[in-house]
Amino acid sequence: MNRFIRNLAVATALATAMVGSALAEAHKKGGTLTMAIPQTPRHLNPAVQSGTATGVPGTQLFAAPLRYDEDWTPQPYLAESWETSDDGLTVTLKLVKNATFHDGKPITSEDVAFSVDTIKANHPFKTMFAPVTEVQTPDAHTAVLKLSQPHPALMLAMSSQLMPIIPKHVYGDGQDPKAHPQNSENVVGSGPFKLVEFKRDQHVILERYDGFFMEGRPYLDKIVMRIIKDGSARAIGLENGELQLSSFENNVRNVNRLKKADNLDVTADGYAAIGPIDWLAFNTKSSPTADKRVRQAIAYAVDKNFILKAIMLGAAQQANAPIHPGSPLSDNSVNAYDLDVDKANKILDDAGYAKGGDGMRFKLNIDYGWPAVKPQVEYVKAALKKVGIDVTVRASADFPTWAKRVSGHDFDMTWDTVFNWGDPVIGVHRTYQSSNIKKGVIWSNTQQYENSRVDELLEMAGKEADPAKRKALYAEFQQIVAEELPVYWTNTLPYHTISNKEVGNPPRGIWATSSPMDRVYLK
Amino acid sequence: MKFLFPIAQRIFYAIALLIAVLVLNFSMLHLAPGDIADTIAQASGGADAEVIEQIRKDYGLDQPFYIQLLKYIGNVLAFDLGHSFFYNQPVTDLILEKLPATLLLVITAQILALIVGVLLGVFSARNPNGLASYVVTFLALFGYAAPVFWTGILLLIAFSLKIPLFPVAGMIDVTVEGGFFARAADIALHLVLPVITLASIFLALYSRLCRASMLEVLGSDYVRTAKAKGLAEREVVFKHALKNALSPVVTLAGLQFSAVVSGAVLVETVFSWPGLGTLALQSIIARDTPTILGILFFSAFVVIVGNLLTDLVLRLIDPRVGSKA
Repeated sequence: MNRFIRNLAVATALATAMVGSALAEAHKKGGTLTMAIPQTPRHLNPAVQSGTATGVPGTQLFAAPLRYDEDWTPQPYLAESWETSDDGLTVTLKLVKNATFHDGKPITSEDVAFSVDTIKANHPFKTMFAPVTEVQTPDAHTAVLKLSQPHPALMLAMSSQLMPIIPKHVYGDGQDPKAHPQNSENVVGSGPFKLVEFKRDQHVILERYDGFFMEGRPYLDKIVMRIIKDGSARAIGLENGELQLSSFENNVRNVNRLKKADNLDVTADGYAAIGPIDWLAFNTKSSPTADKRVRQAIAYAVDKNFILKAIMLGAAQQANAPIHPGSPLSDNSVNAYDLDVDKANKILDDAGYAKGGDGMRFKLNIDYGWPAVKPQVEYVKAALKKVGIDVTVRASADFPTWAKRVSGHDFDMTWDTVFNWGDPVIGVHRTYQSSNIKKGVIWSNTQQYENSRVDELLEMAGKEADPAKRKALYAEFQQIVAEELPVYWTNTLPYHTISNKEVGNPPRGIWATSSPMDRVYLK
Repeated sequence: MKFLFPIAQRIFYAIALLIAVLVLNFSMLHLAPGDIADTIAQASGGADAEVIEQIRKDYGLDQPFYIQLLKYIGNVLAFDLGHSFFYNQPVTDLILEKLPATLLLVITAQILALIVGVLLGVFSARNPNGLASYVVTFLALFGYAAPVFWTGILLLIAFSLKIPLFPVAGMIDVTVEGGFFARAADIALHLVLPVITLASIFLALYSRLCRASMLEVLGSDYVRTAKAKGLAEREVVFKHALKNALSPVVTLAGLQFSAVVSGAVLVETVFSWPGLGTLALQSIIARDTPTILGILFFSAFVVIVGNLLTDLVLRLIDPRVGSKA
């Protein structure tokens, strides 16, 4: 119990501190922020569409019970306070009283219950709310989530990216919420900004919602999100001042070039919850990568440093483990498999994979699904030649072609990038749990990795309410998979936020721009 | 009657051809591995197994191939191109929404390329071995050989970054206020760089063709006669020679219009021009089968109708065409 009181106290203290500092801060009100987004969202309702394409505009349109700062501390948002029962089976949210949807109707616990039901039924991430059995609504401003087991992942799942509160009186009209016409136009949101216009391949225009429940927010009058798919065009627009903000930039050449521009701030901060990790995945069921020693030898032969320095040009962070190094649950102290070609050769010799007359031991394929990671794949081919592994690079025409191969388990090795999405239960478990070996589903456990201890640890960690114990469970899990290497993690995806110096408070929290930008202002 | 029968025949062939195009496109897309469920999972950062299954069921992808094909052809014959999987919008709406932007870009670029190309062609034909002629040839070939995305980015760096005259992307600046003229001026400003980029490819074609055909005409007897008559050089070149030299150029220009979609894809992508090319690329990347098929069908329709019209016009103006029977 005292943990929850402590959490509550911390949250309240932080909220007070935040309000205090916000008041002291010299921010100007008004103005239009012009930012770039790299793709057209399918629609703008994050309740039924995951991903940051929808998330960036969607989190401005819809508020959530909680929001997060830079160090993973939950802060009050639509919920002014929250409490988990001793047994961990009940989470009670107290909603702010003055919150309204963009059509002026009040946001009530009924809407929270409706949102949870809609997300549970339609969102691609089933693990987020799977243990939620019922949402009770004792009064208009109290929502009680009943759980079948303790579910600490719920805390991060209550962020705007994953749990937007949508109006029951709009989306509860009986139409399929995935295809609801008001996902794209006449959106009735709950967030700091309301929709003015969404034009595919052109822009999303948002305008300050005057009735927003947080006093004095948002600071900006308008946000114009211009859809610009070409990275070079975005870079030029940032340089010449036409664009003031762009996020999720991961072309390291552009990023490094823009770091030198006098008018821009460039940062890699703010992507820890999104948590993208690059890795080399192995088919653990096909020979010879089924042999743990072969996977370890490959890890010793593939130099992370080369990838970090020569391919990522120093813009990415090293990753040694399945949880993003920016997460408090990450254990980056596991074996990093620093380059050791002799050791790799020795492991392979000892394992009985002798070199043939041509100096080669065996052949392997390596796949990749998108052009940006071709350098990594070519490097793996060159690096493994040194230890007598003859690698053939298999290109795929496009993402679905690659997805079909990998999810059909028709591969030896593949380069891959997978996102953590906040809590490990949402984005990490799926890669390592044997129950998630599902043919035809990309980013399931396509490595077909099976370890009963790992299954057990993840199961326990998923419902462990005590943070210290939970961290220990994840630490043991990370030690095991780092030893067995179903995948070999190399680096985080070098996402960067680039903003003009005239932009105050550019989003730096753990969800980057997929979080409310009500505190952003123009100097 | 003698005249109508061949027309009916041509129309019948055109419809048969369109259906053949449909079947072929549908089958080829079906052969490609992977589907929309994969790309929706990609856009979502992953999806659970039951969601993937549901998507395949929702879009009828779990049904046998021939049923999907028959359903699709049935819909198209009822003038329904279906719903986009990715955007959940009628494909016809999507195409019509994007068409004006592409037409504006392609037609402007074609007209610019045609005028400048013909002038350059005439200019270099008058003195085919002069230095100026070589410069024109070099520039035209350079424009043709350089990849459009490269030309585009180069222009952006020059005229958006170093000399900030033009905007980097898009068709309109939403912050521009004012009436029709302010908006038109804004679109014109956005149009400059994409048009130059797109025109640079066609320019080479037209100027080379015009040069070759001018050289041929300038050497013919009637031009020599005209000159011998004492007509001014300018009059001979533009009044007598050019008229005859233009016909292959105009034929080529007519053919190029069919390539409305294909020609503009790269330029539209570099400049974020919200046209059909952007839509085509996006739907191919997303495996949005109904949209891809819709755009392909639309392009085939434009080409076939274009050819049909050309054919009919030729029959009308030249009695020799089609009179063999």
